[in-house]
Amino acid sequence: MKSLLKFITCGSVDDGKSTLIGHMLYDAKLLFADQEQALKLDSKIGSRNGAIDYSLLLDGLMAEREQGITIDVAYRYFTTDKRSFIVADTPGHEEYTRNMAVGASFADLAVILVDASLGILVQTRRHARICALMGIRHFVFAINKMDLINYDKEKFLCLEKDIRKLSVELNLEKVKCIPVSATEGDNVTEKSENMPWYDGESLLNYLENIDIETNDEVGFVMPVQRVCRPDRTFRGYQGEVESGIVSVGEEITVLPSGEKALVRALLNGDSKVDTIISGMPVTMQLDREIDISRGCVVVKGTELHVSSMFTATLLWMDDKKLVEGRNFLLKLATQRVPATIMKIKYKVDVNSGNHVPARSIFKNEIAVCDIALAKKTVFDKFASHRVMGEFIMIDRISNMTSACGVIDHSLRRSDNLTWQKTDLDREIRSAKMNQKPMTLWFTGLSGAGKSSLANAVEKILSVRGNYTMLLDGDNVRLGLNKNLGFEEDDRAENIRRIAEVAKLMNDAGLIVLTSFISPYKSDRRNAKEIIGEESFVEIYVSTPLEECEKRDVKGLYKKARKGDIPNFTGINSPYELPENPDIAIDTNNFAIEEAAEYVVKELERYL
Amino acid sequence: MSNAMNYLDVLESEAIYIMREVVSECEKPVMLYSIGKDSSVMLHLALKAFYPEKPPFPFLHVNTTWKFREMIEFRDKRAHDLGIEMLEYINEDGVRQGINPFDHGAAYTDIMKTQALKQALDKYGFTAAFGGGRRDEEKSRAKERIFSFRDSSHGWDPKSQRPEMWKCYNTEIKKGESTRVFPISNWTENDIWQYIRRENIPIVPLYFAAMRPVVEREGNLIMVDDDRMRLLPGEKPQMKMVRFRTLGCYPLSGGVESNATTIDQVIEETLSATESERTSRVIDKDGGASSMEKRKREGYF
Repeated sequence: MKSLLKFITCGSVDDGKSTLIGHMLYDAKLLFADQEQALKLDSKIGSRNGAIDYSLLLDGLMAEREQGITIDVAYRYFTTDKRSFIVADTPGHEEYTRNMAVGASFADLAVILVDASLGILVQTRRHARICALMGIRHFVFAINKMDLINYDKEKFLCLEKDIRKLSVELNLEKVKCIPVSATEGDNVTEKSENMPWYDGESLLNYLENIDIETNDEVGFVMPVQRVCRPDRTFRGYQGEVESGIVSVGEEITVLPSGEKALVRALLNGDSKVDTIISGMPVTMQLDREIDISRGCVVVKGTELHVSSMFTATLLWMDDKKLVEGRNFLLKLATQRVPATIMKIKYKVDVNSGNHVPARSIFKNEIAVCDIALAKKTVFDKFASHRVMGEFIMIDRISNMTSACGVIDHSLRRSDNLTWQKTDLDREIRSAKMNQKPMTLWFTGLSGAGKSSLANAVEKILSVRGNYTMLLDGDNVRLGLNKNLGFEEDDRAENIRRIAEVAKLMNDAGLIVLTSFISPYKSDRRNAKEIIGEESFVEIYVSTPLEECEKRDVKGLYKKARKGDIPNFTGINSPYELPENPDIAIDTNNFAIEEAAEYVVKELERYL
Repeated sequence: MSNAMNYLDVLESEAIYIMREVVSECEKPVMLYSIGKDSSVMLHLALKAFYPEKPPFPFLHVNTTWKFREMIEFRDKRAHDLGIEMLEYINEDGVRQGINPFDHGAAYTDIMKTQALKQALDKYGFTAAFGGGRRDEEKSRAKERIFSFRDSSHGWDPKSQRPEMWKCYNTEIKKGESTRVFPISNWTENDIWQYIRRENIPIVPLYFAAMRPVVEREGNLIMVDDDRMRLLPGEKPQMKMVRFRTLGCYPLSGGVESNATTIDQVIEETLSATESERTSRVIDKDGGASSMEKRKREGYF
């Protein structure tokens, strides 16, 4: 039966990636009639007036067709008499580098297009570098647009020399250069008559015949995906064999514990087998009960690291920049571990390969970092065992896949891994708490239900796993602000201090709830400025005066009416209504729990 | 990959790996089951992936009430024989309003399929739904990740898909959000048929040619499956040797004339086919090349 080759096409914008693949499918009669029809139709509507635009076969998203560019990876499938192929056509724009990397992580071989009239560009180097980083070993440089340079042999040889130099620089293993014209079809599926001086195969023939070597990693490795326990009599460990071979009766070791056991029985899918090999989805039974759960790794005849620190090369993919001290969820094989970037050692200049000192890393940049894991984890160098050396880092708030990386080497505690020049800031502290710090500013009349509501909201947030702090009259007026009275000046100072404290607590990563009458607009505006607009949520508890006075829980309204309390808000001191509160709620209409749930629901927008 | 693995083994292994990851990391998974051949392959893969355990999640069939009768029979028999949990969801609101494929066109698909699916996922609170979508089916599918992230209203944002690296799948979601997972993304129609043959997977008999009552409409052969079928003036059902390349609602599924009554004959026809399979599904023609992407943004599977 036929083998499968997964490859990608990459290179700079307008080097003709989509056109090349489109032409290959078209020439090799690998299109369905309706696809061909849609293609001709789209070409007519599009900008190239009638001539077939092969790239339209692959640019599938509306935004791509509108802008005439490739944004995301497209996968295409075709089969020739010799082989089955999956090709990932990747975007050339720098902005979409991460989507290009997605394609690269999936492929065995990369076809990198080079515009013969322009030569090797920064983006060519970037893509070659990322392909190598993601573990691709086979490269074809398709020197495209040969028709535009009159199929000139000398220019081709000159470019080939540059590519050899680049290959040495990037340590690329197997490299082939083929002169092609994607629009004209030279050397795409058949050897071109325009370039008799080229004695190699056409691109398609080369892809059909190239030998992609089998896995040469040492020993048996199987990360455990899950434990299968349909009933008391059966206990099996399920996972995919990543390398090597194991048979019934042989001894295996389970990491991280290091416990050993003999293999009692094996399933490949649902078939009983004696031996399992690389690539199989298996279930393994052992001769005795040992503690194995998801994330453990079964090995034989090889050693992996069980440690909590390593140095890795990252491709940063998030819009948010990377700084030291940031905390992530790291996924490696079947393990998920909280991890911290301890040190950015340097970033790699995509063009020159030079190591550049850096304090922060931006989207699409490559950096070498020291990473500390929250617990002992099983891993290896990417060069030794791919699956045990590749990982992603997930932002704990947005859940975005912020980075992918490959492990260069393990580190020991004695390697003196300390916080370097890092200053912990709000972002780093709050990332550890997995939340966005903010201040929920409850305002309203005395007796409106601010404190009860803030209390109930805090309980819900706490149950959700948030870290919170409630500031109200009881814990602020009696301590920090006990020297302040109720005159307008003192009220302003009271609010200013509360705002400053709330801000400090936000910096500590906490979600702060404040419950104060805060009757003056100017004070609330001041508080918002201190705390920061993006962290300030004004919640107006709008229970009407009559209701508050009716409740009069503390008997304050009665006293105020009698004139015993001067400057009592609502009676003999004004309450200035909020004009645009972020959330408004009249506690008169709800039970307190309902009101709290409503507030939390409204908060979803900000959390 | 070892030499001993051919391309079907590679595809099978990838799908099983993905299914096991979802069950291990997602809170409440479900497998969408449409009764078609892709669903038959998905079910078969699920049986293999967790063997000897039964698939540790329920299956969900969103029924538009216009499916071929043979499909429903097949579904019930499979669920019974295998002892798996098969949920059925019908948008009763749509039924009450009398929504049907003859009068309501695109609105029918939206109400009885897209809306029904969203309602069903919300009703049970599923956080991850396996689907049998393949990237070779259509251009916007060709761009979708295996783990496709949906916001709380089930919408797909094609411009901000999470990068999907190697086999490190990011399954993290927030409350209210969900994931659609496509374990057979990398399979082609031909792979599906080859695998059905190799593994001897039961499929609905409608995939094989038989004499069936059909009418011809706009180049499609539509089967008259029950008396709800509205015949146009002058239309008269004729008996023809017909088989179906894709199955769905019978008034929207175009059959092809064929004599392929065995799996080998079907594969031979498929290999020499000059039209991709979605052309025989009538609904995709509305709105041109981008119609699928539009529907997906709104929550279509």
